[in-house]
Amino acid sequence: MTILEFTAVVAIVSLVAGLLGSLTGLGGGVVLVPLLTIFFHVDIRYAIGASLVSVIATSSGAAASYVKEGFSNIRIGMFLEIATTFGALMGAFLATRIPTSALAIIFGAVLIYSAYLSRKPRPLDQRNLPPDPLATRLRMNGSFPDLEGPRSYNVQHVPTGFSLMFGAGALSGLLGIGSGAVKVLAMDQAMRIPFKVSTTTSNFMIGVTAAASAGVYLSRGYVDPGLAMPVMLGVLAGSLVGTRILVKAETKSLRLVFSVVILVLGLQMLYKGFWGKI
Amino acid sequence: MPTAQAPAPQPRSLQAQPWDDHRIEVILGNLLRSGVLLSAAVVLWGACVYLSRHAHESADYRVFRGEPSEFRTIPGVIHSVFNGRGRGLIQLGLLLLIATPIARVAFSIVGFAIERDRMYVAFTLIVLAILLYSLLGSGLGV
Repeated sequence: MTILEFTAVVAIVSLVAGLLGSLTGLGGGVVLVPLLTIFFHVDIRYAIGASLVSVIATSSGAAASYVKEGFSNIRIGMFLEIATTFGALMGAFLATRIPTSALAIIFGAVLIYSAYLSRKPRPLDQRNLPPDPLATRLRMNGSFPDLEGPRSYNVQHVPTGFSLMFGAGALSGLLGIGSGAVKVLAMDQAMRIPFKVSTTTSNFMIGVTAAASAGVYLSRGYVDPGLAMPVMLGVLAGSLVGTRILVKAETKSLRLVFSVVILVLGLQMLYKGFWGKI
Repeated sequence: MPTAQAPAPQPRSLQAQPWDDHRIEVILGNLLRSGVLLSAAVVLWGACVYLSRHAHESADYRVFRGEPSEFRTIPGVIHSVFNGRGRGLIQLGLLLLIATPIARVAFSIVGFAIERDRMYVAFTLIVLAILLYSLLGSGLGV
């Protein structure tokens, strides 16, 4: 393939991944690394570097439209970013030391888990939970505009959430993804943050988390300009279009299709990792 | 600004909430978007230069070689931009992209300081320190 053809095809694939990722809320980065390694035979380290950059672009690009709605909680975000950025830094350093077959296996496991999680119904939003002393001291409790007026919430289990977020950051730094699946586990399940608040807050955090490992990746030579360029521009364009049409689209069947794609890619990554084909 | 009449109450739905937070977030959100659009423009410009020169060479990412130092360090990238290299411009755009969330964190410190929230100024400083360490301590600055 010539560079022109390669750039064009990768840009189109990235655009579709960004579009589907934003429509389904599952993120585009998670499918990009397996697509690049399996179908374009890109070394997984270059693929991770390019994907990480695109994760920053989608997160920062969508931030302006998310904050206008007034759901996100910057205190929860900033506090948890201590855990995610530290984890991301650890993950990025780890990624430069472990063999690529191990990276592929971890990636496969994360993909399969994400697919499973996307089929599971979300936990019901909390109603009238008692305030947690630690969350109160950290001023995390808040409220957000709901259909019948402002609705307040009390954040729970801060230490559990914080530790899980460290794990989410480490995976993000290790694999170059936003690791939305682990964030959902931390924020929705452990901390019981309402769905709308957790999604918008986590979008904000993803960019900062990715920036923490991007420096390490760039300085280790994982970010190739020729590959990162079509990936970043494609994913950004796709996700910006996705947030525009999100309101109208029927995402239920789309989510099903996308989670099947994620599952298949996850199995492929496991296979490649275990048979040393990566 | 002096006004003759008492201002009418704002018709926003959540008056009881710390809306300073929300105002700060809106400003930061717009900052992030401008940063991303700027970096995308620089990347696109670099892409045009790069493709106009290398379009017909063959693309091969099968073997990991690592990038040469001109695409791995901030001084290297700046140097290659001044040499008119397309890939240098792309890396510059990507550096701008990495800088946008870091700028967001830096500005949050100001926001929390205005609200006199010392605890969150401290938390934000920790996050900023980790980010700067990643950018400068990992060899990118040299």
